[in-house]
Amino acid sequence: MQGMKKLGVCELAVGAFAWFMSLSAHADYTWNFPEPVTPMALDTLHVHNKFMIITAVIFVVVLAIMIYSIVMHRQSKGYKPVADKAPSTSVEIFWTLIPFAILLLIDFVIMGIPAYHSVVMMEDTRDQSTMVIKITGSQWRWQYEYLDGDAKGIKFVSNLSTTNGQMHNQEEKGENYLLEVDNPLVLPVGEKVRILMTSSDVLHNWWVPQFGSSRVAVPGFIRETWVQVEKPGVYRGQCKELCGKGHGYMPVVVNAISKEEFAQWSNKKQDEQKAANDVKEMSKDDLVAQGKVVYEKNCAVCHQVNGAGLPPAFPALTGSKIATGPIFGADGKYQKDSHLDRVLNGKGVMPAWKATLNDTEIAAVITYERNALGNAAAVDAILQPAQVKAARE
Amino acid sequence: MSTTTVAHHDEHHDHPTGIMRWLTTTNHKDIGTMYLTFSLIMFLVGGSMILGIRAELFKPGLQLMNPEFFNQLIGVHALIMIFAALMPAATGFANWMLPLQIGAPDMALPRLNNWGFWILPPSAILLTLPFTLALFGVGDGALATGWTFYPPLSVQGGIGVDFAIFAVHLLGISSVLGSINIIVTIYNMRAPGMTLMKMPMFAWGWLITAFLLIATIPVLAGAVTMLLTDRHFGTHFFDAAGGGDPIMFQHLFWFFGHPEVYILLLPVWGFIPQILQTFSRKPMYGYKAQVYSLWAIGALAVVVWAHHFFTAGMPVPALLYFMYSTMAISLPLAVLFYCWIRTMWKGSMSFETPMLFTVGWIILFGIGGLTGLVLADVAADAQYHNSYFVVAHFHYTLFAGGIMGIMAGVYYWLPKMTGHMYNEKLGKLHFWLTAISFNVTFIPQFFVGLAGMPRRIPDYALQFAEFNMISSLGAFALGLSQLLFVYIIISCVKGGQKATDKVWEGAQGLEWTLPSPPPYHSFTEQPVVK
Repeated sequence: MQGMKKLGVCELAVGAFAWFMSLSAHADYTWNFPEPVTPMALDTLHVHNKFMIITAVIFVVVLAIMIYSIVMHRQSKGYKPVADKAPSTSVEIFWTLIPFAILLLIDFVIMGIPAYHSVVMMEDTRDQSTMVIKITGSQWRWQYEYLDGDAKGIKFVSNLSTTNGQMHNQEEKGENYLLEVDNPLVLPVGEKVRILMTSSDVLHNWWVPQFGSSRVAVPGFIRETWVQVEKPGVYRGQCKELCGKGHGYMPVVVNAISKEEFAQWSNKKQDEQKAANDVKEMSKDDLVAQGKVVYEKNCAVCHQVNGAGLPPAFPALTGSKIATGPIFGADGKYQKDSHLDRVLNGKGVMPAWKATLNDTEIAAVITYERNALGNAAAVDAILQPAQVKAARE
Repeated sequence: MSTTTVAHHDEHHDHPTGIMRWLTTTNHKDIGTMYLTFSLIMFLVGGSMILGIRAELFKPGLQLMNPEFFNQLIGVHALIMIFAALMPAATGFANWMLPLQIGAPDMALPRLNNWGFWILPPSAILLTLPFTLALFGVGDGALATGWTFYPPLSVQGGIGVDFAIFAVHLLGISSVLGSINIIVTIYNMRAPGMTLMKMPMFAWGWLITAFLLIATIPVLAGAVTMLLTDRHFGTHFFDAAGGGDPIMFQHLFWFFGHPEVYILLLPVWGFIPQILQTFSRKPMYGYKAQVYSLWAIGALAVVVWAHHFFTAGMPVPALLYFMYSTMAISLPLAVLFYCWIRTMWKGSMSFETPMLFTVGWIILFGIGGLTGLVLADVAADAQYHNSYFVVAHFHYTLFAGGIMGIMAGVYYWLPKMTGHMYNEKLGKLHFWLTAISFNVTFIPQFFVGLAGMPRRIPDYALQFAEFNMISSLGAFALGLSQLLFVYIIISCVKGGQKATDKVWEGAQGLEWTLPSPPPYHSFTEQPVVK
């Protein structure tokens, strides 16, 4: 009797699971993929729902047979086992071919055919695509570059904007905790956008669940995918390939707007970018002030806000030889392993920033590091954007 | 079936006692016991690591650890559970039970056997030492790349990566030695009359496992060695700047990594039908069909590896090939499930702890298998990949399908090994606690994965909070339940009701013809199988 009672618990648990699974089959998004906004995500959702129903049916049918047997064919009920003679191979092989045949049909016809069409659709990045963007993953931010059309030449970096205080439970967490950035990717609604994906350091994976596309960014290689957002809105996702300590802190945010708004945004952004790329002489105070912003956004993750670093992996900048020593040699060129060399070209875990930050930003952040964080460099205390520009050439 | 078992001489006069007994032993039962004990200890170590993770993920925000330490814990947890808990448990059973099941006096290569075991503790130390070294300021802790070692992240990493590479080398050598021993034993030491097609299913499961290990471990060893030379000797196997390719590592790693899944599961698929026939009191159904299915799965295991990284970018024909070949694994698996349930059908079942674990195992492993079938779909995999959906899926196959299977084996054979019955009431309680808390832990992870939570993140967005909290509570219950398991085993070893030779009413096979516990040297005269 006690055995029966325990069995009831088992059935209850399994029944509850089956119920959960059936919920996932209805488009109730708490239990399923979020609302799809691209043709690919819609297709994925349909495929997923279909397969979930198929597997749930298999599960329930097999389980029902098993539970029937467990309830009926038990010793405590006095059930006598059927006399099994020496295995009659041909009969057994015939019976075992039945589940084989059922799965053959499910795998390669019922599931296999729609799966084929989905794969072909997913990998067709070029047909009817009207614009191309390049996404570069780097530790731990995304860089976006528009390669053609209205927005050609626009290029920016997208960083997590959630504050440190929220992460360490000192401030209340915002609605989009860990899923918010300073510069979201902006895409026009209805356009098929071909995405070229690469990385500047380790593997990353650009993923927005509502788009249904996810692709690994591989350093040194270009990978492709596409999106066609069909509904205006702000969509959020995350990096999906372990990429180091900041892996949980490089979200993807996409702002999908109408084509007209996109054209306006492109013009405005291009003007801003032109102004920012103008190299002009700046005062030390301006450089330090701008440098502080750049530092806290890009460098503080590893070197910490106060410059103490996290040795031995991430050295301190306070009192660092590199951050206080000379930058330029007697010939007027920057020296190897100098502060500027390290920031431009990176070394080991330290990324190269020359492709990510513009001349003014690099000049500002170096000046900040040499004059703040407890440092007061005796030589080359101030770096001007023009010097960075010259160093690049 | 006729058997003669005579314990010819005093059991303990011909081998050293104390610590030297264990260091120098070449006895398959002693070595089996050491493997199983090692496995249990490492299971608890790996488990407590993941409880640290679940505590951190209990609610959003960083509470207990920084992201670097979090990344170290996830990778070392996986390596320990796979290489130091599950694999040694299966090898321990092979050592204990294979000679008894096939009527052999011992394993074929006893000194190799001793070696195979004693390589394990140093490699476990190598895996965990970097944590300690970091406390003293040496290096920056254990490997923080997850257990998969993907470059370039692993090229960037600290000395923890090197430690893990050498640990994997040693663990691999140990597995290959064990596999050679098992293959030689099975081919040469079977009792007269026991043809291959009369072998116990456990021997079949392990034979195929051993072939898979010998085929794939060298590939893993090669891949991590290439990683080592990339890290220290200026090679560019995985660096595009020197003409290499980071994705090539993934191909090499998963050429080992996917068969590894079956390496962990095939021994379990071997003894599960034996437990079923014992407690159903009728012979297992479809012996030949099961053997052919095991071979089919062994063969498919080595040709489906790329489904672990569909999103890394592949040509369409490759995507289609790996999708359809992966789906094909469900065909032999369906045959196995059919045979298992058909063995129960119209039997005279009783539900002692081993049978409870086996029935629970069939249901939960079934969930793991079915979710694996949908994961094979390339388009949907773009969503599932590296999300918590995958985490839940492989814990259904490796915790339910692996560890709960091993637990069924422990309860099944423990009376034979120790000569005492374990506490049946506590055993059943352990089953229910494990099965329920396991589901409480992992069902929410399916949903949080579908909703878009990536794996391997130390902190998460607020919309994932409720499911994570439930999952953490389940994980703590699951962890605590295992203390009961340890208690049951220890008290069974110490004493308890005397077990009969046959132990279980419906038990079939040579191991049940010996006394419980079997004499130190069993089958001094070979039994004859008719």
